[in-house]
Amino acid sequence: MIAVVGLLLGILAGLLLEPAVPEPLQPYLPIAVVAALDAVFGGLRAFLDGIFDDKVFVVSFVSNVLIAALIVYLGDQLGVGGQLSTGVIVVLGIRIFSNVAAIRRHLFHA
Amino acid sequence: MPEPARSRLARAFVARPGRGQLVVAVLLASLGFAAALQIRLTNTDGDFSGQRRQDLVALLDSLSSATDRTESRIDELEEARDKLLTSSQRRQAALEQGRSELDVLAILSGTVAATGPGITVTVTDPDGSVLAASMLNGIEELRDAGAEAIEVNDQVRVVASTSFTEVADQIVVDDVTLLPPYVIDAIGSPQTLSEAMVFPGGFSDEVEELGGAVGVEQLDVVRVDSLHEVEEPEYSQPTDR
Repeated sequence: MIAVVGLLLGILAGLLLEPAVPEPLQPYLPIAVVAALDAVFGGLRAFLDGIFDDKVFVVSFVSNVLIAALIVYLGDQLGVGGQLSTGVIVVLGIRIFSNVAAIRRHLFHA
Repeated sequence: MPEPARSRLARAFVARPGRGQLVVAVLLASLGFAAALQIRLTNTDGDFSGQRRQDLVALLDSLSSATDRTESRIDELEEARDKLLTSSQRRQAALEQGRSELDVLAILSGTVAATGPGITVTVTDPDGSVLAASMLNGIEELRDAGAEAIEVNDQVRVVASTSFTEVADQIVVDDVTLLPPYVIDAIGSPQTLSEAMVFPGGFSDEVEELGGAVGVEQLDVVRVDSLHEVEEPEYSQPTDR
């Protein structure tokens, strides 16, 4: 319950406050968001599996975001930032799809 | 075991929030925050501040090559325009040259009225003894002095084919019988023309010997209004120039 409230609060804050994103962080924000989404869906799946652990969730959330940003940063330094961020998005997308499929099986048995 | 997952979810919703839920809430809040921010950024970002250097370079390249193409197109079009302009100018020049030639020829052939500085020569002939030969001499003197357009008695334009004859002691010019006094209008340099009329032993002396008199008047504006009708040449044809 409080988790959903937190999500809504965050969205509202983002919409209402309209803070400026620092210039050097701008390329990493979309990747970080997708990585965090992956962590959230992974966490939901773990919860439905009955193996959810908040410490694991926090670690996976933070590390997901950091690693995704790190990979893109590295790609930018190597001159293949565009391709690498595409690769990261693809991998995360596949993981999100598989997690959502597992969640769906849990909730709808289908 | 069909229920556990759903019931666990339902229980989590109504359960008293514990430490785990709080942490998840904070993380989800940050996720929502970042997502909302990114969406807003993507929607409002008209400029290229969020773009990668590589993408910007590629964009710049395509833009500059498009610029090159457009510029070469501009060059082509300007060249074509210049070509058209010069050709139309050339045509204009040819047209103007043709027009001035037309003016010259029209005045020479006597098909248009002419005006300009010149003299009026009045020949009085009380005895009726000034005949075609003398008249022709006078005309020849005028032509020699550079007269550009000549008419006699405001009736006959004197051109290349003009004839001077006599019928019953009267001067006939181009089938028109002239009656004295004879008035010759000539366009040209007034000074030169009048000198050509009055020099010793010239036209005026000749007329005076015959008992007539010559009056020369220099004018700033002489009008030669009578016209000569040009007929199509029947026998002669122009050869290639």
